[in-house]
Amino acid sequence: MAKNLFRTALRTCMRGGMVFSAVAFLAHGAKAQDDRGARIERGRYLAIAGDCLACHTTPGGKPFAGGLDLKTPFGVITTSNITSDRETGIGSWTLQQFDGAVRHGKSPKGYLYPAMPYPAYAKITDTDLADLWEYIRTIPPVRNAVVTNKLPFPYNIRALMIAWNLLFLDRTPFAPDPSKSAQVNRGAYLAEGLEHCGTCHTTKNFLGGDTRGTYQGTSLQGWYAPDLSNNPHTGLGRWSADDLVTYLRSGTNRFTAASGPMTETIENSTQHLSDADLQAIAAYFKSLPPRTVAAPAPLPATNAQMVTGAREFIVQCSACHVSSGAGIRNMIPTLQDNPAVNAPDPDSLLNIVLRGTNGPMTAANPTGAAMPAFGWKLHDDQIAAILTYIRNSMGNAAPAVQPADVARARKTIGAEQPVWR
Amino acid sequence: MNYKRPKADVVIIGLGWSGSTMAEELTRAGLNVVAIERGAWRETSTSFPTTRDPDELSGSVRKEILQAPVTETYTVRNRVGQTALPLRKYHNLTLGNNVGGAGTHWAGASWRWLPFDHQPHTHVMQRYGAGQLVDGLILQDWGVTYDDLEPFYDRFEKIAGTSGTAGVVNGQRQPGGNPYEGSRSSPFPTPALERSRANVLFAEAATRLGYNPFPVPSAMIGAPYTNALGLNLAPCTYCGYCQLYGCGNWSKSSPNICILPVLMQRTNFTLVTECEVLRINTTPDKKMATGVTFIDSDGNTGEQPADIVITATFTLDNTRLLLLSGISTPYDVASGQGVVGRAFTFQTLSWAFMFFENEYMNPFMNTGALATQIDDFNGDNFDHTGLGFIGGAGIQSLSNQGLPIGMAGLLPKGSPQWGKGWKQAFQRGYQNYAQIQGQGTSFAHREQFLDLDPTYRDRYGRPLLRITFDYNENDRRSGRFIRDRCVEIAREMGATEVGGDSFADRPYSGYTPWDSSHVQGGVAMGEDPRTSVQNRYQQNWDIPNLFVIGASSFPNNAGYNPTVVVGATTLWTAKAIIEQYLRNPGPLVRL
Repeated sequence: MAKNLFRTALRTCMRGGMVFSAVAFLAHGAKAQDDRGARIERGRYLAIAGDCLACHTTPGGKPFAGGLDLKTPFGVITTSNITSDRETGIGSWTLQQFDGAVRHGKSPKGYLYPAMPYPAYAKITDTDLADLWEYIRTIPPVRNAVVTNKLPFPYNIRALMIAWNLLFLDRTPFAPDPSKSAQVNRGAYLAEGLEHCGTCHTTKNFLGGDTRGTYQGTSLQGWYAPDLSNNPHTGLGRWSADDLVTYLRSGTNRFTAASGPMTETIENSTQHLSDADLQAIAAYFKSLPPRTVAAPAPLPATNAQMVTGAREFIVQCSACHVSSGAGIRNMIPTLQDNPAVNAPDPDSLLNIVLRGTNGPMTAANPTGAAMPAFGWKLHDDQIAAILTYIRNSMGNAAPAVQPADVARARKTIGAEQPVWR
Repeated sequence: MNYKRPKADVVIIGLGWSGSTMAEELTRAGLNVVAIERGAWRETSTSFPTTRDPDELSGSVRKEILQAPVTETYTVRNRVGQTALPLRKYHNLTLGNNVGGAGTHWAGASWRWLPFDHQPHTHVMQRYGAGQLVDGLILQDWGVTYDDLEPFYDRFEKIAGTSGTAGVVNGQRQPGGNPYEGSRSSPFPTPALERSRANVLFAEAATRLGYNPFPVPSAMIGAPYTNALGLNLAPCTYCGYCQLYGCGNWSKSSPNICILPVLMQRTNFTLVTECEVLRINTTPDKKMATGVTFIDSDGNTGEQPADIVITATFTLDNTRLLLLSGISTPYDVASGQGVVGRAFTFQTLSWAFMFFENEYMNPFMNTGALATQIDDFNGDNFDHTGLGFIGGAGIQSLSNQGLPIGMAGLLPKGSPQWGKGWKQAFQRGYQNYAQIQGQGTSFAHREQFLDLDPTYRDRYGRPLLRITFDYNENDRRSGRFIRDRCVEIAREMGATEVGGDSFADRPYSGYTPWDSSHVQGGVAMGEDPRTSVQNRYQQNWDIPNLFVIGASSFPNNAGYNPTVVVGATTLWTAKAIIEQYLRNPGPLVRL
């Protein structure tokens, strides 16, 4: 996994049910006497957009008190206490120190690791940063001393990040593209900055820096963060802007339901964004140039895995995903022409089938229909056949999944072994 | 150890259909609600995962989803003077033992009752006069009519996603539906289920006989549906494991699927599980309820104070809680005075069991409520002049039987009981068996009642509830009449072997297989405090901040299953609490 250096598991901070209540976005028209209050409200909204709570809170813990272990391939980074406690939190910080941590990766105590997505937050505007700080300062103090750096040598040397920053940190502020609409620019600002979509969805190089494969999908920690380009085979090409908005608002849409770490991102962050901002994010992703990657030819139906997979699909999958694979809108993903099924790397599919996944529970769609785990029930060759079949039927085409892939995934993600031989 | 929880606006005892429906309404109105449920938490995806094959032995045979009689039971006798004995196995009482209550494991028949069923006294007196009633029969109106309840029936169906074919919409007859149903403001949310082969044969025969068959409304939904609370359901797959099973397919309406995911996100809702309420507490003068006392799973005793107490337990336990708490006057059979435990009803079941030759009923494809029915002999839909009884039955071809163990005993007469001959007979019988159920009305009688048992106590030392019940002459007459109609239709269907039965011809027993599970009454709602425990809003006549909701409020039982009526009356009461009681706490009906 050495080449996965700093594929830090930012989005894999699995959390319990801390749910932010939705807040009104008071962007304009605040009266002068309400100015600070309005700025705090804006800051609260920005904190939701940046999903600060997700990492800076432990399951069942006090909000923003830190202490969540982010498990990276080279050790544990524990998130810091960002409440206003003066000793264990950031209550003694100034705006400049806050800016240093959020946009430049340098706190009063030393350099940060990019588990904190400062390379993305570097795009935040001065105004938004100041408003964010106004809100963060209002978080009640919680005394919780956290040892953040538990990395082994040599990664525990924070000064190494000076070099990393030189190589990969783009300190240029967000610059609107005058050839694009204000809406697309707003979407780009949110997606590249606060929402830090690329932290998971952009391919990383061997040092964990972004490659040019912006939003082209990548694997991290047992999940494949899918292609967000407009490639119809593996990306968002078949989704309208409305499909994207519905997905980010509710966790589901007519095609699919969120799974894995994205479920939490939607529950904690995107569902609370204003309609205008969700429309902007959708417009931005739909404005990206289509990526032309030729779809592979599907395996023939006579392939041995395909024959077995077709049979197993009827027995194991069809009750919920229905015989045709069409699924049920807003709750059970369709398997037909499904870009996530076509992902070059089957990590997410293996994770979902082996361990199951919670369904998204949002205000717009509180259903939360989960995918049950099959790891305890099905053998490696059965799962490999089912996934190979799904990936090469119903309009899909993707490389076969081998039993060895399933066995490896079981180990990596800690899935159960089948209870019978 | 004793402890006291912070005071709530409302405490709800029991979180089945009625409790969760009430909790959703009251929390949406902003009240701080605590629900106390004696069962454990159950969640659709994880408690009933579709990866696990349903197990008939643990489900239908051992009934593991029910509260076990060893935990708590009821005593039964047929008449005054006998010593009641505790039920040691539940055949026809199916108590939930989890969050969701019996709404998690129910079969799913989803009826609105007839306008007649809510006002039987008015209808019978107008059409026939008192001479139609057998001696001792108790007949009284509910104080709330079908028209009052219609918006709430509509709302509950849109929470449940009920499947069916409408018979009357805004007064207009609809093809294929029940022509006798009360007028609906909208059709069913989802289309009727596909018919079984037995249903088709029944519908053809009933049509030839001049009757009006229609699909029974069902909780197994017919199409993808987003309910009134924004929750999604998936269409039924006809797997056949409904009654006594939770549905992990998101296809059977239940509190767990249709309400709880929304309710559990509300910060003004608190759920306390695995705690059993021992009694409702009142002020010393018994003018107001002050909360409830419960025992938790560690054996500690807790108190939950609240401004409003809502009892939403199993119908029999609603009566028992009032009796154990000394609230309102218990019914006294000798004098006929008193109200708690009075107007207790069961149902009057009649059957035709039949075998065909060379049919393929394919009963492995069914649901808990896959049935086609005629209502031509239900309620007061036919002229009872000269028949000597009131009421009747919904007569239905019920395709809820297909599980192999349960079907093993259903063989044509004279079949070998073991060996190769039995196997051959079972193979033939499985595909050739069908049944017609007459789900009959039951009217209260002065000698049918509930009280506290003088002999048997529960694990906490409290008296068990005693059921004193036998069928009355009205039941026996209607039961035979309906049995004969069932047999006629079975013959018309072309069955080669037909048997009929009317359960009311034998003394009532709690152990009769195939019997109804619908016990009702005991905490009747009504217009007169001398004959009802609560007013038309299910508000106690004596204690205005106590509401007992559920089928315990219904003073008569219909030829239908009760769940949707429970939902509708709960919503009706919730509206009264929110719009009337909160503004002006006190009796909602003044005499």
